[in-house]
Amino acid sequence: MEGAESFAAPVLALSGDQYRAIVAHCYDGLPDEACGLLAGRVDAGGEPTGQVTTVYPCTNADASARTYTVDSRDLIRAMRDAETRHDELVGVWHSHTHSDAYPSDTDVRQAMEPHWLYVVVSLRHAEPVLRTFRIRDGSVTECEVVVTDS
Amino acid sequence: MPVEVRLPTLLRPHVGGAASVTADGATVGDVFHELIDRHPDLGGNLVDDDGQLHKFVNVYRNDDDIRYLDQLDTKVADGDVISVLPAVAGG
Repeated sequence: MEGAESFAAPVLALSGDQYRAIVAHCYDGLPDEACGLLAGRVDAGGEPTGQVTTVYPCTNADASARTYTVDSRDLIRAMRDAETRHDELVGVWHSHTHSDAYPSDTDVRQAMEPHWLYVVVSLRHAEPVLRTFRIRDGSVTECEVVVTDS
Repeated sequence: MPVEVRLPTLLRPHVGGAASVTADGATVGDVFHELIDRHPDLGGNLVDDDGQLHKFVNVYRNDDDIRYLDQLDTKVADGDVISVLPAVAGG
C-alpha cells in the first residue's frame, strides 16, 4: 500500500453529502459510465486547494459504458455557476463500471486540464471505491481523499 | 466587426499567452479562419482535417453551444463572445 508520502497535493476534501451525491450519480448512470464536475477554491497560482464547494452531476453525452464526455451544455452551466460563486471548476469525476478506480489510457490521453483533480469511482465491487488523481503530461499521481461528516 | 474569442489555458501559448483575442467575421468559422491565419498553430486545435469543428473542443456563442446552432456557420454579431473550452472526456 502507498504511504501518505506518495500522495500529490492537494488533499481532496469532500463532505459526506458531496461524496454520496457523486456515488449515487454513478450508480444512477449504470449500465453506462456517469460523470460530473467539481467546483472549488483555487490558490493564487490557480491550483485547487482541495476544498470542494459544489458537485455538479452531468449527463454523459456518450451514453456509453466505456467512455464519457461531459455534456457541453452542462459544462458551460457549471462553469458559469461557479463563476457567480467566485469559484472555479477544479475537477471532474466519472465512474468505471467494471474496472478499477485508476485512470484508463483514454483518461490520461484526454486529460486536458493540468490543474484539475480527476476523480474515478469504481463500481466493480460491492462497495464503491473513489480515488483522485492529477494527470499532467501523461503522468498520473494520486491525491489523498478525506470525506468529512455532514 | 471584431468579436472576442476566449481561449482555454491549453490554447493560450498559441496566441502569445493571451486569455482572449479578437477577430473579425460574420460567422464563427470566419472568425476562426482569421485567427488561424494569424496564429497557425491554433488551426489543428479548433478545426479538424475536414474543416469541421474539432471534436475535442466545445465552442459557445455567448453561452450557447454552436453544435446545437449552425456549427461553424453560426452567425456572430457585434458584442458576441465566442468561448472555447476543451471537451471533458475520458474512458
